[in-house]
Amino acid sequence: MAHDFTSTGHHTSETVRTATSESRLARYGLIATALCFVALFLLLPLAVVFTEALRNGPGEFLTVLRDPETFSAIRLTLLVAAIAVPLNLVFGVCAAWAIAKYEFKGKAFLTTLIDLPFSVSPVVSGLIFVLLFGSHSLIGPWLQSHGIQILFAVPGIVIATVFITFPFVARELIPLMQEQGTSDEEAALSLGASGWQTFWYVTLPNIKWGLLYGVLLCNARAMGEFGAVSVVSGHIRGLTNTMPLQVEILYNEYNFVAAFAVAALLALLALVTLILKTLLEMKFSAQIAASRRH
Amino acid sequence: MTARTVRRWQFRQPSVIPGFGLALGVTLSWLFLIVLIPLSGLALRSSALGWEKFWSLATDERTLNALRISFGTAFAAAAVNVVFGVILAWVLVRYRFPGKRIIDAVVDLPFALPTAVAGIALTTLYAPNGWIGSLITPLGIKVAFTPLGIVIALVFVGLPFVVRTVQPIMEEIDKEVEEAAATLGATRFQTISRVLLPGLAPAVLTGFALAFARGVGEYGSVIFIAGNLPYVSEIAPLLIVIRLEEFNYPAATAIAAVMLVISFAMLLIINLIQAWSRRRYGYGA
Repeated sequence: MAHDFTSTGHHTSETVRTATSESRLARYGLIATALCFVALFLLLPLAVVFTEALRNGPGEFLTVLRDPETFSAIRLTLLVAAIAVPLNLVFGVCAAWAIAKYEFKGKAFLTTLIDLPFSVSPVVSGLIFVLLFGSHSLIGPWLQSHGIQILFAVPGIVIATVFITFPFVARELIPLMQEQGTSDEEAALSLGASGWQTFWYVTLPNIKWGLLYGVLLCNARAMGEFGAVSVVSGHIRGLTNTMPLQVEILYNEYNFVAAFAVAALLALLALVTLILKTLLEMKFSAQIAASRRH
Repeated sequence: MTARTVRRWQFRQPSVIPGFGLALGVTLSWLFLIVLIPLSGLALRSSALGWEKFWSLATDERTLNALRISFGTAFAAAAVNVVFGVILAWVLVRYRFPGKRIIDAVVDLPFALPTAVAGIALTTLYAPNGWIGSLITPLGIKVAFTPLGIVIALVFVGLPFVVRTVQPIMEEIDKEVEEAAATLGATRFQTISRVLLPGLAPAVLTGFALAFARGVGEYGSVIFIAGNLPYVSEIAPLLIVIRLEEFNYPAATAIAAVMLVISFAMLLIINLIQAWSRRRYGYGA
């Protein structure tokens, strides 16, 4: 029953205005404002990336990507993500298991500490590893005398990326596993399953979509990280340049088509991430809803 | 009182689920190795400078300007995001229109798009010969290579923080509250501004704080569009990088320490807002 208390004039048969909705003018105004804002700030930048990358046609786009330095940047980015994401996956599952399945002193504090990397500027994240491993540090000389290169080499890039993406998997899993409680695991254990069996056959199937969601976000950030990696990488061409760093170098050399070609690959990665994320949210909303409150 | 009723201090409550030691052990080792030891290294290095040296480095004219620009632009961008983020969240929660699901998904683009890509895209867009730049330059508005450009980049980066904090809370608003307000004679505008928005205040504040904190530390999307003029459009993270490239580690450490202290203070404020909101409104934003 839609009694009309407030509207003063015309109603059409489809849209009767009720006391708890806005006038049609206000509604359209708000929708138009929101759409314009999204178009201006989100869609236009995305469109520019692809337009600029394809400015000289798809042929040049592909030629540019075949450049050996660009190719090695792509390989390095994949390598770094392939190391950093599984490490944080294992960590995330362990942290969520400890925090969600048990009650212990200092739990809230531990959760805050896990979130800490989110509130550190990427540049500062890079800097702390320069201070830790640099030649002026405590372990710097020892590393040097043993010929171990961490800064300005792949290990440094990996460590900085692990720091940046540290909370991603854990913070998706903790609310999800807290909501699921412990009764499934208790049932499995009382029926004689071992701890590992319980984890593999009961817990993991329960959390798999939430886990995938976390891994997806973790991977996007790992491949796209710029500030922290830029500080520790040393920008050695063909050796320690990841894709985002390659974008910067090409752009600063006024090689715009090449810069935007690499950027377009990264933008594609972002689009795939968004699509998979939306599909996961649609199909498994109940599982992921808990963790959608960032 | 018998010995039995005396409660012993327990680190954890008993549980039949195995693996606590392993899980907590891995968590704590990883946390110390990757996060806590490196961060305490920064604290150690800045305390080794001594208070006077630290203070003179932190209050250097160029450093102060960089910090002022970083915080000022982040504040302005977060304020813009609060206005448009709340409108966007409202439209996504309340209205139906074609393409809504796509818009909802696109809001997360700044989370997924690498910051360097956003940086060069925005710069190209707002440069004097860009799509938007060529429209506004004749009007005398300069965006690229000015502080206004920094604000634009930070609006891009911070938008999802506001929308994603406010949206779930908006979804939970009880329709009855609005009906009650309407039956008591409130106009729709009064219902929204006096009844709905105050209840959303903690979520909006949290979203603002998150966007602001992210904006202060942002680097990749800003350095391309900022122009990076010392004292005018040079942000604090960039100054850290410049000091590092000069091998001026004490100065880089001092700026980083100041930023870190302020961002931890922000984290504390966010937690306080949420605790207050749970007490006052029964939910944590």
